[in-house]
Amino acid sequence: MRVLVLLALAFVAGPAVAQQPAPPVVPQIVDDSIPRSLTGRPGDAARGRAIVASRSVGLCLLCHSGPITEERFQGDLAPSLAGAGSRWSEGQLRLRIVDGSRLNADTIMPAYYRIEGLHRVARNFEGRTILTAAQVEDVVAYLVTLRD
Amino acid sequence: MTARLLVIGLALVFAASYAAAQVGADKRRSGYQDMGEALQKMQDDDTANPGMLFVQLGGQLWNRAVGAADKSCADCHGDAAVSMKGVAARYPAIPQGSDRPVDLEGRINLCRTEHQKAEPLPPENRDLLALAVYVAHQSRDLQIAPPYDPRLDAFRREGAEIYRLRQGQLNLSCAICHDDNAGKKLAGIVIPEAHPTGYPIYRLEWQALGSLKRRLRNCLVGIRAEAWPLDAPEYVALELYLMQRARGLKLETPAVRP
Ligand code: HEC
Ligand code: HEC
Ligand code: HEC
Repeated sequence: MRVLVLLALAFVAGPAVAQQPAPPVVPQIVDDSIPRSLTGRPGDAARGRAIVASRSVGLCLLCHSGPITEERFQGDLAPSLAGAGSRWSEGQLRLRIVDGSRLNADTIMPAYYRIEGLHRVARNFEGRTILTAAQVEDVVAYLVTLRD
Repeated sequence: MTARLLVIGLALVFAASYAAAQVGADKRRSGYQDMGEALQKMQDDDTANPGMLFVQLGGQLWNRAVGAADKSCADCHGDAAVSMKGVAARYPAIPQGSDRPVDLEGRINLCRTEHQKAEPLPPENRDLLALAVYVAHQSRDLQIAPPYDPRLDAFRREGAEIYRLRQGQLNLSCAICHDDNAGKKLAGIVIPEAHPTGYPIYRLEWQALGSLKRRLRNCLVGIRAEAWPLDAPEYVALELYLMQRARGLKLETPAVRP
């Protein structure tokens, strides 16, 4: 019970983590993927795992479940992240995180690296992407390791 | 063989009409049904429900004369169990002489300013919530019954539009969670259908009594959308739509929620 209450609090309170003001890079989409790293460098899988697990940074486990056993409360609005690295290429995973609506126009998954087309964004988040380019790369690096 | 086919055919017809009847059945669930047994018990037991303390406080305020008119609610409305029965089940409504709907708290503040000649109480003020929970408690177990008033249609429509708008940095709508994904788990929390059956509620996370507006603000902040100030008409529009959607469900005030 107590744990659930704390979780609800985390969902509701949200973080005050400031991301950089605007995407400095324009991701190059080729078919259904973004083949090149947004930063020109590979991400860090360990940092990516922490972002995915975090209820206030990645928010992924609000909707997804995944092989992150220390997080007991996970979502079931979306498929498990387990095996994502076998199902999708690195470039496809990058596009999925940057802007999943390019793959499925009706997706409920937020676009983590897009600022256009949003309505009534809270002032402290306005003009900011959910993740920075470097954080997107960390998440991609982690997802690639999720093999069946 | 043909007899056998006939039996199978008949069985299929019955199955189909049974399924059709089920679709017509009311499957709506109050947030109460999505809570654990311990919280349900807390809500049901008036000696354990923290909201009942505020109902008691509201009862005291009901009888207290205030303002330049030196009148109490009871001076004009008498016994709340009689005069206020069913009122919360049909709010928000448009007060006489106005063309905009008010919620129950707004109605109580009108009586303070117009009839008691007192200052309006600010949103989420303890006395305002206590009066609202006292009035709404008089409708406990009654069905939500929005009034027939064509003047409300435009406001309900506005509420429905807000409900369906994808908004905030997370680009989600109320409908995505509360219609399309109700009953599923958001990080371990069951998403309720968002029926306003128990307001004002005692929410454990707040350790306090709070209004529907406060609850709606929590959802807006969760999706990183700009929350309107607590006295904004958008909340009244949303409540009108939610009450219409919950028509026929029973009021539980004061509800307990996690
Ligand atoms: C609001 C809910 C939501 C959030 C938050 C969310 N996703 Fe998703 N995600 C979905 C849904 C739903 C799908 C299923 C495909 C679709 O509808 O587009 C999906 C699909 C995916 C897929 C493809 C799954 C597969 O194998 O088919 C990956 C990978 C993914 N998400 C990763 C993430 C990561 C990483 C995060 C956090 C940075 C995240 N998602 C946050 C809802 C969400
Ligand atoms: C990301 C999903 C999500 C979105 C979007 C969302 N909510 Fe909620 N809402 C929740 C969850 C989860 C709870 C229950 C929280 C808890 O119990 O801690 C809740 C609770 C509620 C409740 C309380 C129900 C009760 O039983 O008292 C209402 C009413 C509500 N939401 C309305 C709305 C409205 C209106 C919107 C749009 C402005 C909205 N929500 C947007 C997830 C969401
Ligand atoms: C001087 C008399 C007077 C006092 C004092 C008064 N009211 Fe009223 N109240 C009215 C009248 C008259 C109405 C009918 C609507 C109107 O024309 O204002 C009303 C309407 C209401 C309604 C709406 C009823 C409905 O059926 O829609 C509520 C709720 C209410 N009052 C609550 C209160 C509360 C709570 C107090 C004390 C804080 C209070 N009133 C004090 C005269 C009063």
